This record gives sequence, structure tokens and C-alpha cells, in this order.
Amino acid sequence: MSLVLDNVSKVVGGETHIAPMDLELESGSLSLLLGLTLSGKTSLMRLMAGLDKPSSGRILVDGRDVTGLSVRKRNVAMVYQQFINYPSLTVYENIASPLRIAGVSSSEIDRRVRAEAERLHIDAMLDRLPAELSGGQQQRTAMARALVRDAELVLLDEPLVNLDYKLRETLREELPKALEGRRSIVVYATTDPWEALAFGGRTAVLEEGNLLQYDYAANVYSAPATTHVASVFSDPPMNIIDGEIRGDELRVGDSLRTARPAALSSLSDGSYLFGVRPPHLTVNSDADKGGQRIDTAVDVTEISGSDTYVHCQVEGRPWVAVQPGVHQHDLGARLSLGFHPDKLFVFDRNEQLVHSPEAGADRQDEGA
Amino acid sequence: MTIRRICLTLFILFLLIPIYWLVMMSFKSNTEITSQLTFFPKDWTLVHYHDIFNSGKWTGSFLHSLSYVALNVAITLPLAIPAAYAFSRYDFLADKHLFFWFLTNLMAPPAVFLIPYFQLYHSIHLFDTVYAVALAHTLFNLPLAVWILEGFMSGVPREIDETAYLDGYSLPRFFIKIFLPLIGSGIGVAAFFCFMFSWIELLLANTLTSSNAMPFATMMSSAFTASGTDWGILAAAGTLTLIPGVLVIWFVRHRIASGFALGRV
Repeated sequence: MSLVLDNVSKVVGGETHIAPMDLELESGSLSLLLGLTLSGKTSLMRLMAGLDKPSSGRILVDGRDVTGLSVRKRNVAMVYQQFINYPSLTVYENIASPLRIAGVSSSEIDRRVRAEAERLHIDAMLDRLPAELSGGQQQRTAMARALVRDAELVLLDEPLVNLDYKLRETLREELPKALEGRRSIVVYATTDPWEALAFGGRTAVLEEGNLLQYDYAANVYSAPATTHVASVFSDPPMNIIDGEIRGDELRVGDSLRTARPAALSSLSDGSYLFGVRPPHLTVNSDADKGGQRIDTAVDVTEISGSDTYVHCQVEGRPWVAVQPGVHQHDLGARLSLGFHPDKLFVFDRNEQLVHSPEAGADRQDEGA
Repeated sequence: MTIRRICLTLFILFLLIPIYWLVMMSFKSNTEITSQLTFFPKDWTLVHYHDIFNSGKWTGSFLHSLSYVALNVAITLPLAIPAAYAFSRYDFLADKHLFFWFLTNLMAPPAVFLIPYFQLYHSIHLFDTVYAVALAHTLFNLPLAVWILEGFMSGVPREIDETAYLDGYSLPRFFIKIFLPLIGSGIGVAAFFCFMFSWIELLLANTLTSSNAMPFATMMSSAFTASGTDWGILAAAGTLTLIPGVLVIWFVRHRIASGFALGRV
């Protein structure tokens, strides 16, 4: 089964919500939409579902044009960010509702509802009303309702974002299991790159209604197509700095000069943008041999779990370094950031990736 | 805490004085009412109630009032619910202006519509029927009901509608099975307001009827006669008019508490 968006766009009141884009989604694995808020994830899902009509382009399911087809005839299920259930129906009836409409026999309904409820661990709550459940259970109910009917297309619009941390982790682990062995095309929207990496499906990176990159999550991570993708698909965002390659010399920023690393030998001379992942920076450390350093001052220190995020400014751009362990840096304290030229991402002046230190052997391809 | 309770009790008692007076009057004889000031009837009498219930004119007018009020609610709600849904969910040409224009009907004094209605109903032979009053009251109750219901409906997330359509519900089925139970409080509150307006409205009800569909309140004014005023029967009639209101409030009391908070009112 496949879902194809053919040059689909959406313009509302003169404002472009979705720029014309082509996208092909396959059944069997999870497809992901990744982007910050207002990037067009929900708009795109509404177009896929048929809740909104595209301003241009066609939507094909298995080669069938469904662009103008009403939602009711589409065989689509959707789970929203808010917990949407029918408040006046019990959990059992909520899950059963699409099957009842489809005219499935009641013994079959009972079997499927109970199987789905068990899979999502809400089988003990079937007689309750949604309002009597916790947030996580409400969202499980919504998911069960979406999955029970084996719809052609299942859309999950940031389903875990309104849940607390622990529940999110649990559901994130359970979701792939719940999706196993289904024929549906499952699309999952998220703002969290780690979530995309955890699910590992094909990921469409969106920004302001534009499709920036569409590839397996691991490939997007190791070879982000542009600086925008790099900053969306990395948390904290990748650090970017201006630079140049002149002959044997690599210039990073205004002041740093070093020998051109072998990995960059194929690049022609010119000015580039270099990217450094925050965890690849060392903070005030001499341990790392062959490293280069940039001096700046601490803006803010942020403790995130067992890591310390050190925020600073480098040549007018905001940078972050991730330092393992909990450290306290005073505001304005001298900061020396070390990095290894071998680990630089290189983008051209149009912000397109020309070199990634991570792309290579572990690249995931079709059928992998 | 106790001071608060005492103050509140005193305040409520103060508010209840006129009602108390009315009810007590209805159990006094006319002589007692006109001759002396008593806080409690010296001789309890049910003669006024007896008079009302044994007079076809009184009971008839009571039934007229009840039937046009019920008719009005029965006309208003089935019209207001789809209209409110459209205003709440769809964008259509001039929807906001239409909504506002609807509300302006509430701002116009009923007297403005008196003459046109009178003439119109005469010419189509609706004059002096309960239908005339029920229809005339719809002009005011429909906008009110649409306004109240629209508030309630907008409180229900649109995603519920969408989920239902994705599940394959048709609009009528979704309405009956899912949506109406969700706005039950709103329907209760809207019905309550329609009842209130229609039950106490006198001007239109009085003008659009004569003897065959005379409303209760008009009948009450006939207790003022050249030979004097029958205070006792008026008080008994007044007490009886309170009863349907009390009953309605009793039935919607749970919905009203949650309802007024949710809707716009």
C-alpha cells in the first residue's frame, strides 16, 4: 500500500501553509514528519486525511486519486495531540465505534476491541468513561480506536507530547510493538528528533511548510541536507560558524587557522559554513590532542540530566557545548571550546551539505 | 464561618419576603387582606384556589400559557441546534454579521413588532391561538437559544467532529449519538431561558390573543374589576404562576451550575 502526495500545496488566505511538495509513503514501516511547531506537520496530516482539500496537487492511495473524496469514504484514522475521545461513550464503545459504523458483527467487534485494548494495556478500563481515565490511558484509548479498524492510513499527530515524561517513554517503546504486523501506512508527527531516531522510519523534515529532506532518520541525522535540517534534527541544535578553505589551509571563524584535514581534500577552495555537534565540543580541556580551540565567554549554563549545556556566543552566532557531568560556570567566565577538524560538517554558501564526517558505511537504504 | 452563614441566611430571607407575602396572602380571606396587617393568616382558607380550579376561564388560561410556552420551546430548539452548529463549525459568507443580526432581534423591544404581528396573524387566521404567541416568542427566543448553544458547541473540540467523520459517522448519526449528549447542559440552559422569556412575557401574549387563547397573566388582570380587586384570587394565581418556574429550575438545577460556567451566559 502506498500514499503519494503529488505536488500538493495548501494556501490559506494568501498564506502558504504547505509549499508544493512530493512525498511517497509506504506501508509496513513508520513514516515520520519532523519539524518545529508551525512547520506544517498538522496541515500536511490534515491534507493526507482529507480533512482539508489541497490548494493544488493530487493525493493518491495505491494509485487511486482520492483528492476530492470525502473523509468518511477514505478509511483514515487519526490521533490528535489533545486526547480526543467520545466523552459520553465508555472506553469499550469508543474503541468499538468505527467498527459499529462499518457494520462488523458484534462477536467480531468484541474480539477485536479486547485484543486491541490488551495490546495497549487498557483492558481493565473498558467499562469506564474517558473522563475517568488518566491522560495516558485516554491517549491509549484514542490510539486503540485508530488502530482497531486497520485503516489504510493511520495519522498520529504528536500523540505523546501532552503526556508526562515517564509515560511518553513507555508509550514510545510500546508503539512500535502495537504497530507490528499491520498493513496500514502509519505517519507519526513529532518535534523531537530523538523520537524520530528511536522509531527509525523514513523521516520528512519540514520547515515553514517546506519539505527539507526525506530519508531514513539515521541518514538524516548523519547527513543533514542543509543547515536548517541540521538545527531541527539535533537537540541541542548544531553549532554553525563561517569559514574558508584555501589551499592547504582551513580557516574556521575569523581567527582560527589550521591545516586542511584529509577528509576535506576533495572540496574546492572557497568559503563555507562549518557545523559542529554540541557533544563534539570539549569545554576547557587540554586532553584532546590535535584539537583546535575557540575562546569565548559563558552566557548561560543549563543542567540537563547528567550533562551540562554551556551556552555562549561565537562570532555572533549562538553556540551550545554539551559537557558530560554537572558543572557550574559563572556568567562571563572565560570559555575555551575544543573541537577536532575531522568532525566538522561542511555546508556551502547556499547552506547545502557538501561533507559529513558521519555519512558512510552505516547508511540505511531501501529494504535495509 | 457562622457569621457568613447568618448573613447569607438573612439575605435570602430578605429576598424571599415578597414571595412569602404573596403565598400567605393567597391563604387569607379578602377581609383579612384589606382590613389588617398580619404576617400569618388568622383563618387559613383555600377558597381562592378552589375558585381558580373550579373556573374554566382560569384553568383554561393556565393551560393556554403552558401550551404556548411548550410549543415555543418545541419550535425553538430544533431550529436553534442546527443553526448554532453551523455558526460554531462552518465559515460561510457573512457568518459573523448574520450572527450579530440575529442577536439584534433581542435588542428590539417587543412592542415594535406588535402591530405587524397583530395584522399578520389576523389575515392568516392565527389570531387568538396559542400558535400565534408561540411563533411570536420564537423571534426572541431563537436568537437567544442560538447564542447560548453556539457557546456550548464551541466548547466542544472540533477534533471530536473530525474523529467521528474519520470513523465513518454520518452527520445525523454523529449528532444524535455523540454531539447532542455532549451539549446536553447547553440544551437545558437554552430551554430554560426560552421558558423564562415565554412564561413571563405579557405584551405580545396579551395582544395576540383575546378570549380563546387568553394567557394566564391576562386573566389575572381581569381580577381588577369595577367593583374592586379580588386580592385573594390574584395572590393565589400569582402563587400558581411560580410553580412551573420552580419545577423547571428543579429539573435543570444540575445542568445550570455546570451549564452557566461552560456557555457564554
